[in-house]
Amino acid sequence: MSEMQPSQGIPLEEDGGPSRAPHRVIGTPPPAKARTLLGRPDADGESATERWLPAEPANPAKAKKAERLVAACFILSMLASVGFIAAYVGLEVHSVDATLRSNLALGLSMSVAFLAMGVGATIWVRHLTPEVELVEERHPLASTEEDRAEFEKTFTEGAEASGFTKRPLLRRTLIAASVPLAAAPLVVLRDMGPLPGTSLRHTVWRKGMRMVVYGPNTPLRAADFNTPGQMITVVPEGYAEDQNVLAKATTIIIKFAPGQLQWARPGVPGTVQNWTVDNIVAYSKICTHVGCPVALYEQTTHHILCPCHQSTFDATNGAQVLFGPAPRPLPQLPISTDAQGYLIATSDYHVPVGPSFWELGASGFSGGNE
Amino acid sequence: MSWITALRRRPVAGYAVVLLGLVAIGVGYGALTGQSSPASAATPGTVSPQTIAQGKALFAVTCATCHGMNAQGTSQAPSLIGVGAAAVDFQMSTGRMPAKEVGPEMDRKPTTFSTKQIHAIAAYVASLGGGPGIPSAAEVSTSGANVALGQSLFITDCAQCHNFDGAGGALTYGKFAPALTQSTPTQIFEAMLTGPEAMPVFPDTTITPAQKRDIIAYVTKLRAEPNPGGFSLGRIGPVTEGIVGYLGGIGVLVFLALWITIKRRES
Repeated sequence: MSEMQPSQGIPLEEDGGPSRAPHRVIGTPPPAKARTLLGRPDADGESATERWLPAEPANPAKAKKAERLVAACFILSMLASVGFIAAYVGLEVHSVDATLRSNLALGLSMSVAFLAMGVGATIWVRHLTPEVELVEERHPLASTEEDRAEFEKTFTEGAEASGFTKRPLLRRTLIAASVPLAAAPLVVLRDMGPLPGTSLRHTVWRKGMRMVVYGPNTPLRAADFNTPGQMITVVPEGYAEDQNVLAKATTIIIKFAPGQLQWARPGVPGTVQNWTVDNIVAYSKICTHVGCPVALYEQTTHHILCPCHQSTFDATNGAQVLFGPAPRPLPQLPISTDAQGYLIATSDYHVPVGPSFWELGASGFSGGNE
Repeated sequence: MSWITALRRRPVAGYAVVLLGLVAIGVGYGALTGQSSPASAATPGTVSPQTIAQGKALFAVTCATCHGMNAQGTSQAPSLIGVGAAAVDFQMSTGRMPAKEVGPEMDRKPTTFSTKQIHAIAAYVASLGGGPGIPSAAEVSTSGANVALGQSLFITDCAQCHNFDGAGGALTYGKFAPALTQSTPTQIFEAMLTGPEAMPVFPDTTITPAQKRDIIAYVTKLRAEPNPGGFSLGRIGPVTEGIVGYLGGIGVLVFLALWITIKRRES
């Protein structure tokens, strides 16, 4: 900035440029001819009513073009706003698909309305408003000498009266108390790692692993799970005490009457028939929204309701989401029976269980159970 | 005694006295309303042809309007063939049946029928075909039950609807899981056996009778549990506790803010 120093004090119009003010180092006095905004006439008698800013742009043709562009942006914004109102009033929202369409229309129109207005305003400022440097004189920022002296006196007296200076025991113990408190967040933040790796994508379920009723931890025969409307929570055999495993692997099994289940067909999501035994279906108990245990099963409606945010899944139809914030169906566990007739898993879940996450990918959402 | 007078004259003394009074009233109320006693279980009677005939007659005047003259069901109500005596006993002893009106959920209400009459109707319905019978007093006895296993089963398979404390909770479309605070051991046993309304069925092949007794022991034991804070707050969990904590906490902070700004007297 120091090479700018010589230009200080050069009058505005000297280099012939109509609107370029010389650069100035912050804190130095303004150029002699700079205009003030305080309305006070300058020492050389310049009137306060004289124009500060040029009335006409330097290049009228360019300005006209920019003006049209800005106007077009504003009209686009206006149309989008009108479209928002029309979409809000006109579009139905009483089904999931209709709500999706309504949300899309509302979001698009509102973002276009704001974006076009913002683009228009930016073009306006960049191409139409004059680029003139103005100096706005202000009072000195520093307080007066008396005020500063008084503040210093008050501060010193307050510090002495509080005992902060006179009682070193208090001062030192206060500092000693603050240091570990400030260090505590650093220690806590350390536990945010490490990254989960692929652990979110699989559970301990594998081919041939028996399902045991959680609590008594006894395996269950398909023939004993024979009353339509039955539901029970099962966990992988041998892991009933491992809470870290259960957080992902906990499963509910539900028995249906013949004909109640809607089987998945190519292109149509539903319950996968090959993954069931005798109308017994196994779904993950971990909600796909934020992972609450979801097991409020109503045997009359076959709804599975999540107690946390009311996500509702249709147990007859591959646990498709009927309502609520859950983004995808509850994953279905492929099950079968072993030689003794006990219920077993035939593989791990085919899609990740539990809360959905960024890296899940589209395959995790495309009707997890097909 | 001058220190008492000095305390009394302090500006905060008034607030402190009001606070003390409120705490005293709260503790007293909690102590008075803390107890509750579970009702005693009923014993099923023996079944004779006369009992079935008596039940059929009672059925015709109290149940047939909705369930049909032969319990075959109508557009208003389901068929009762094959539901068994346990389902009838559960519905009638809890006062859910006969229903006053058709709604999303039948709520518990005082029953106008004697145990004998209910058992007669249950015997008649059972005579129409299969279904679980009414458990005996010995079958629902909780003596020697494993309460810890009962808790594990209850928390896993019951608590999501009935609340961890048996206080009940909301389901979809106006249905709700009722509170278990007044259920008798027989009624809890029958509900697991038959799956009334939207409740899933937990037959003896999945939850054994011994495990059912463990669950009953846990549910009935919960009622005797003290409320550590002096108030149950409906025992519906963190919602009420959060509201009370929030409002109470704000109150304390306001009180503290007042206290900080109160000018200390020179003495």
